[in-house]
Amino acid sequence: MSETESAPVKIVDVSLDRLLQPERSARSSVARETVFQVKGVSVLYAGNRALDAVTLDIYRNEVTAFIGPSGCGKSTFIRCFNHMNALIPSARIEGTILFNGEDLYGPGVDAVEVRKLIGMVFQKPNPFPKSIFDNVAFGPRVLGMKDGLNERVERALSQAALWEEVKDRLKSSALSLSGGQQQRLCIARCLAVEPEVILMDEPASALDPIATSRIEELMHQLKKDYTIVVVTHNMQQAARVADMTAFFSVNQGAEGQRTGVLVEYDTTHTIFTQPSDKRTEDYVTGRFG
Amino acid sequence: MIGATPQLKSARRRGELQGKLFQAFLYLSIAVGLVTLGTLVVQVVIRGVEFVDLVLLLESPSADPQIAGARPAILATIYLGLLLIAFTVPIGVGTAIYLEEYADKSRWYNRALEVNIQNLAGVPSIVYGILGLAFLVRGLGLGRVLLAGAMILTLLVLPIVIISAREAIRAVPDTIRQGAYALGATKWQVVSRQVLPAAVPGIATGSILALSRALGETAPLLLVGALTYVAFDPTLLGDFTALPVQIFQWTVRPQEDFKILAGAAIIVLLLILLTLNAFAIWIRNRYQRKW
Repeated sequence: MSETESAPVKIVDVSLDRLLQPERSARSSVARETVFQVKGVSVLYAGNRALDAVTLDIYRNEVTAFIGPSGCGKSTFIRCFNHMNALIPSARIEGTILFNGEDLYGPGVDAVEVRKLIGMVFQKPNPFPKSIFDNVAFGPRVLGMKDGLNERVERALSQAALWEEVKDRLKSSALSLSGGQQQRLCIARCLAVEPEVILMDEPASALDPIATSRIEELMHQLKKDYTIVVVTHNMQQAARVADMTAFFSVNQGAEGQRTGVLVEYDTTHTIFTQPSDKRTEDYVTGRFG
Repeated sequence: MIGATPQLKSARRRGELQGKLFQAFLYLSIAVGLVTLGTLVVQVVIRGVEFVDLVLLLESPSADPQIAGARPAILATIYLGLLLIAFTVPIGVGTAIYLEEYADKSRWYNRALEVNIQNLAGVPSIVYGILGLAFLVRGLGLGRVLLAGAMILTLLVLPIVIISAREAIRAVPDTIRQGAYALGATKWQVVSRQVLPAAVPGIATGSILALSRALGETAPLLLVGALTYVAFDPTLLGDFTALPVQIFQWTVRPQEDFKILAGAAIIVLLLILLTLNAFAIWIRNRYQRKW
């Protein structure tokens, strides 16, 4: 964030404009299918409101980016989609998220079943301390998808653009891979269980620029088959990869408590060229952030 | 500015002297330990080495030091070690998994359990011996048998095994657990396929070190009835002795030859313990991980 903060506003504007994909707006003629319908979702940690009343729709085969300053609740929000907040005992979620029309937090919904369909890639590459093969095979194995495991692993690694680099050393430790390769391995691991949606929580923030651009390329290719939701604090990244962008911000309460709110949600093109909210404009032009 | 330079100089000289003094103190501290240990080992080896032979390893104790051996004691120590592993590892690792992965820390009984285990690790071994005598030997009517000895040593080192296993489990980064959960793994699958395998080196190291501590214990075994003279191979539910007990018995005999024999038995015990510790260090280095 600091480089955008210190850089002259003009330069940021120009670069973002260049990065933007040709406009594909919500008003375009292509019929869009809604995957997630989020209605008034709030997240509370031990009673403190970390995120307040978010309402938005996420569409199939698109990349949706959540951007915003630190503490705006974007990572908290993305973790609602695959029940990861349930691992934190003090976390509570209000509101509803419909996944293909079905309540994600309805009675009888099993977190394990949800996570089969909605995969996640984390901020820091977190390969298991096992071989490359076993990393990718872990998901299919725990889910009982034992048939054609070798083909499944190869397919996942190919989709993640890693197969050529690792096909001769599938048995060696995943920890011997470079950071960028590890992150693509984590993407392959997620693809191996054939989810519908891939959640990515700042997937490139721990990577160098070349590894980052490979991950972004990958997102472009993967959205043909998957729905991708990505949290990023890198605006250029959002501009490069996302079809839709949601800008989150922080409201400072009277007693200093910070609550994340959704400020604006629109096509990426609109968010970066003609945002309707002053806070969004300040953020994307680098005046705040 | 002019005044600053001499000030700076004198301050540095004083700091240097303190640093040197501190270093000297550190060397002295190390020397105390090393010299004591070195003297002990050298003394024991010089005095005892002539009796380290097959007679010592294969023969039973005898009134004649020339034909006396420590076979029952060595065997009993090996049996104790095996029983200890069989008892402490499942119970200790199970407790550690419960406390780290399942226990809700906001519940008072889980916190009480933790404090309790930490305190148990500091209880003197003789107290465990008394517990063994009262509860196992007399209360349960087990008698003064090898099994009772193994059980009381189990209780003695269990807190150490639990604490080291907990540390090993805690050292497995949360990102690994989250990664596994995100793929649809259940809690059991996360624990059994990710957390435990990753924690095995740490658990093994801690367990072996606890084992070597237990095998050197004498006091609790004396209380639960390890005999000083056992002329037959030990059985699970029979009379028994152990190497430290045998050594203790030989050192209090008046004849000079028995003292040499004690030295020889100490060499054997030290070799067993050093082998175990070396094995633990090897495991630790072999499986050390960078996350």
